[in-house]
Amino acid sequence: MAGQDFVLTTQALKKSFGKLEVARDISLSLPRGCRYALIGPNGAGKTTLINLVNGQLKPDSGRILLEGEDITRLLPADRVRRGLTRTFQINQLFPDLTPIESVTLAVTERDGTAGQFWRSLHSHTEAIDEAFAILQQLGLADVATRLTRTLAYGQQRLLEIALALATRPKVLLLDEPAAGVPKDESAALFEVIAALPADISVLFIEHDMDIVFRFASRIIVLVAGGVLVEDTPDEVRNDPRVREVYLGQAAHHG
Amino acid sequence: MNAANPTLGDPHVWLKRQSRWSPFEILFWLAALLPFFLFPTYLTLASQVAIVALFAISVDLVLGYAGIVTLGHAMFFGLGAYAAGIISVHGWGEPLTGLIFAGAFAGLIGFIVSFLIVRVQHLALIMVTLGLGFLTLELANSMSWLTGGADGLRGISTWPIFNQFRFDLWGYTAYSYSLIALFVGFLISRRIVHSSFGLSLRGIRENVTRMPAIGSDYKFHLRKIYTISAAMAGVAGALLTQTTNTVALDSLSFQRSADVVVMLILGGTGRLYGAILGAIIFLIARDQLSGVNPQYWYFWIGVLLMIVVLFMPKGILGFLARIAGRRD
Amino acid sequence: MINQIVIVLFDGFAFGMLLFVLSVGLSVTLGLMNFINLAHGAFGMLGGYIAVLTMRQLGLPFLLALPAAFLAAALVSVVFERTLFRRLYKAGELNQVLFTIGMVFVAAALATYFFGTVQQVIPLPSWLRGSVEFAGMRFGVYRIFIIVVALAVTAILVFGLERTRLGAQIRASVDNQRVAQGLGMNVERTFAITFALGSGLAGLGGALAIEIVGLDPSFGFHFLVYVLIVVSVGGLGSITGSFVGAALLGIGDVAGKYFVPEIGSFLIYLLLVAILLVRPRGIFGKR
Repeated sequence: MAGQDFVLTTQALKKSFGKLEVARDISLSLPRGCRYALIGPNGAGKTTLINLVNGQLKPDSGRILLEGEDITRLLPADRVRRGLTRTFQINQLFPDLTPIESVTLAVTERDGTAGQFWRSLHSHTEAIDEAFAILQQLGLADVATRLTRTLAYGQQRLLEIALALATRPKVLLLDEPAAGVPKDESAALFEVIAALPADISVLFIEHDMDIVFRFASRIIVLVAGGVLVEDTPDEVRNDPRVREVYLGQAAHHG
Repeated sequence: MNAANPTLGDPHVWLKRQSRWSPFEILFWLAALLPFFLFPTYLTLASQVAIVALFAISVDLVLGYAGIVTLGHAMFFGLGAYAAGIISVHGWGEPLTGLIFAGAFAGLIGFIVSFLIVRVQHLALIMVTLGLGFLTLELANSMSWLTGGADGLRGISTWPIFNQFRFDLWGYTAYSYSLIALFVGFLISRRIVHSSFGLSLRGIRENVTRMPAIGSDYKFHLRKIYTISAAMAGVAGALLTQTTNTVALDSLSFQRSADVVVMLILGGTGRLYGAILGAIIFLIARDQLSGVNPQYWYFWIGVLLMIVVLFMPKGILGFLARIAGRRD
Repeated sequence: MINQIVIVLFDGFAFGMLLFVLSVGLSVTLGLMNFINLAHGAFGMLGGYIAVLTMRQLGLPFLLALPAAFLAAALVSVVFERTLFRRLYKAGELNQVLFTIGMVFVAAALATYFFGTVQQVIPLPSWLRGSVEFAGMRFGVYRIFIIVVALAVTAILVFGLERTRLGAQIRASVDNQRVAQGLGMNVERTFAITFALGSGLAGLGGALAIEIVGLDPSFGFHFLVYVLIVVSVGGLGSITGSFVGAALLGIGDVAGKYFVPEIGSFLIYLLLVAILLVRPRGIFGKR
């Protein structure tokens, strides 16, 4: 680890449900500021891997290190506080809160002022400023005071990321950020992701190969719970195994 | 900040507006003084309404704001009622310290219980609250040396407030005292609801699975509001003891736990005025109808509950707010 | 002393079997539909009053009054399920609890209106009265009858769930509703039939209960707590769980009231809370 600056490392993660192995010996390293894509056919264990890394699932064996510290036994919320945050494939938002309320909530949870019941919410001016800045950054400023459930779907996907950014992540795990978003909009959404602060390491799951090759600096191919290849987009594009196992299958689906 | 959109304005201004006092609220609290002048014969009832409204607000904090479905909150009401009664029987009838003692005692038990509450969800949560409620009732019943058992506690006497205002037969002092306590409880709750802590509670209610993903120790929040709510319910119970000089097992009953939830639903959960309005409607209706035909009181409550659940999922206040087109 | 213990165990087990018949339907419907039906006890009460009516007005013998109670509760419940309850399956537990509690209020008031608050009694056939002596102890014939009926119900349920088409559909739906629906199963129909069967069993239980605990308009409420304890302790959707939970509660209740009358009920609730804290899904709960 000494040579390169790896923010997140997994060492031989294993997990099975009964006889089904959903993660076999997964060892990965994310350098600071990376934009990695995690791809693989349906059922390859991509979301499972994110659930393992963020702590929603407990691995049967293996370790997870965040900036060299072992976080394998920590609860999801504790990992978030140390800078490891995820988003969800299916929106996990607060339908009856407005975006400004939702993101301010996430900011106050991070800076430790969320429990202050004696202070009115609008007195947390710095938190509100920060929340609004995040919303501006993601182009949500115009709808900041509308109820979340009334937002357009694409805006809800952006709010999903805004909530994660409010935790000031060092590592951001994006589980299909563009799931359900029309193709022309999803490129715009990935522009936003590409423009995230350079010190945040991003690992995203995405099915659209054009997007993956355009935005990923490196690609991890997951098949049947194990890492098949981890390489640059060009190498992955030309790898015959990937072609066979993944791209071929995707072509059948298409 | 965002000059491009004139309808939006500054988020600070918007957030501040959410917690601003509306003229309706000021009117409401002024109207709460009317019974002194218009219905002086009903001050005892008005005092009961204020007490139950405070209890309803305490339940709304956990049920309406934090989303913990509880069918056993009468245990804290009753614990407060008995705490105030027992110190009075043992020679300390000073009301304000009695209130604080009762609130602290109920809050302490609430704090302990809260560790159990956050461990369970869904049916198990309902059953644990229900079970703890019955448990407390049975405990009070069997500890008759302390509580007077089924006969209730005898010999309670409450001293005049500040050694000045004696609890009179007409209920002037009782209503003033209960109303002030309700108002203070309301102010505290209002502040909680409009704080960042209140926002976290709404977050828990809206989507508990997201909370850990934004780094929230939401169980800590839940324990905190549960403790606050228990203390407030205890104060309400103590008020009832002090204004009536009696306390009996019905203060701990399941009936009381269920009634308060019914009031919340009628008024609308997750809105403090819903709790107060529900208490007013429930108690006045019961007072008026029970004289006519007591055994059918619950028939109408049942029908009303079913209608509200089917057609007014946000309670009567929420229903009115929707008709009036306001954000709720 | 030994004799006393045996008799208490016997009476407790009989009471437990009564609770089993009353509650097993709720356990299955809760496991299947996730619908917290607090009006389940009210269907039990309905069965009880139907038994009283059919025996008194129509002169039916007791053994025919029992299926009448089952049928009436099943029919009424399926009407409610199709018209009202189904709207609440996705409504959240608070709304379900409140709606069905409202129904219990209404049911209790209606029962008061039609039958008054008096305890109802039914004349048992002579062969069910009295007791038999065995090893110097006297066992109530009616309690033996209840145990036999409950064991028969258990056998039918287990057989039905394991061996019939409907049983397979119910099991599949409990496990995974979406998959079951995807496989082309008519989940709604499975719901309705299960609901009718479960409520019918409650009605049967209500009729059986008259002789043991009496019947008055508070029945729906009074037994609600017992039924909920059985279901939550046993685990949702588990017949074995309901059986064990009901037997434990019945024996615990009778033994507690017999040996430590002052704190008997206290111990029951203490046990309830303790079990749920250790096993929030109940002793036999899967998920």
